[in-house]
Amino acid sequence: MSSIPLTWLLGLSAAIFAIGVAGMIMRRNILVMFMSIELMLNAVNLAFIALAHRLGSMDGQVIVFFVMTVAAAEAAVGLGIIISIFRNRETVQADDLTLLRW
Amino acid sequence: MLQQIIFYALAALTVGSAAFTAFSRNIVHSTFALLGAFMGVVGIYVLLAADFVAMVQLLVYVGGILVVTIFAVMLTQGIADVTVSNREVGVIPALATSVIGVAVMLYAVIRTPWHQTPVPAAAPTTYAIGNAFLGDYVLPFEVASLVLLAALIGAIVISRHEAKE
Repeated sequence: MSSIPLTWLLGLSAAIFAIGVAGMIMRRNILVMFMSIELMLNAVNLAFIALAHRLGSMDGQVIVFFVMTVAAAEAAVGLGIIISIFRNRETVQADDLTLLRW
Repeated sequence: MLQQIIFYALAALTVGSAAFTAFSRNIVHSTFALLGAFMGVVGIYVLLAADFVAMVQLLVYVGGILVVTIFAVMLTQGIADVTVSNREVGVIPALATSVIGVAVMLYAVIRTPWHQTPVPAAAPTTYAIGNAFLGDYVLPFEVASLVLLAALIGAIVISRHEAKE
C-alpha cells in the first residue's frame, strides 16, 4: 500500500526542522524568527504523523493536536507581543531590543 | 509509484518553501512562502492517511496562524522599507548547527531498527481521534482548552491600548 520509506519521511522532517533552526539563528527580525519556530513545529508534527501512520497507532495524531494548540496559542500571544513591542519601540529587530542588556 | 512521485513533489514544495521562508531577504515573500510550506505539509498528511489532521492543519495554520502572521508583518514593517528590514547575521553558526543537527537526526533515524507493521488501509480517522480525546487523553484535552483560554485573554491584555486616567 504505502511505499514511501519511513527514512524519507523522517529525513524530510529533519530537513524542515534544520531550516527552521538556521532561520532562527540567522535572522534578526522577530517575525521571521517566529515563522521559523512555526516551521520547526510543523516538522515535529510531520514526524509524529509519519510514525503514527507507520506504527498503525492513533496516539501520534492526537499529540499533533496538542502541538497545534500550543502553536495557535503561541501565535496569538507572540504576535500580540510583537505588535506591542513595535508600538512601544518602533522596531522588530532583535538586535535593537537591548533594554535588558547591561 | 504514483504515491512516491506525489511525495517527492510535495517534499520539494515543502522544503523549497521552508528554505525561502527562512532565507528570503524580503519579509513579505517569506510570509507568503510559509503558505507553500504549510500546504506541502497538508499534502503529506493526506498522503499518510491522516485526513482529519490535514484539515485541521489547513484551518489552524493556513486559516489562522498564517493570516495573523500576515497581519503582523503588514502592521509592523511599513511596506516601503521592506527590503532592508530583514538582514541576516551568523550564517556560519546557523549552517553548522543545522548541518550537525540533520546529521545527528538522520544517523538516529537510519540506525534505529524500526518496528515495521503492515500499514492498514486508509480509513477515516475522526472516530478514533474523538474516542482518544474523550478517553485516554481527556485530561490533556481539558488542559489544552485552558491553554487556549489563557492565550486568548493574554493576547487581548497584551495588544489592547491602555486606557489610563
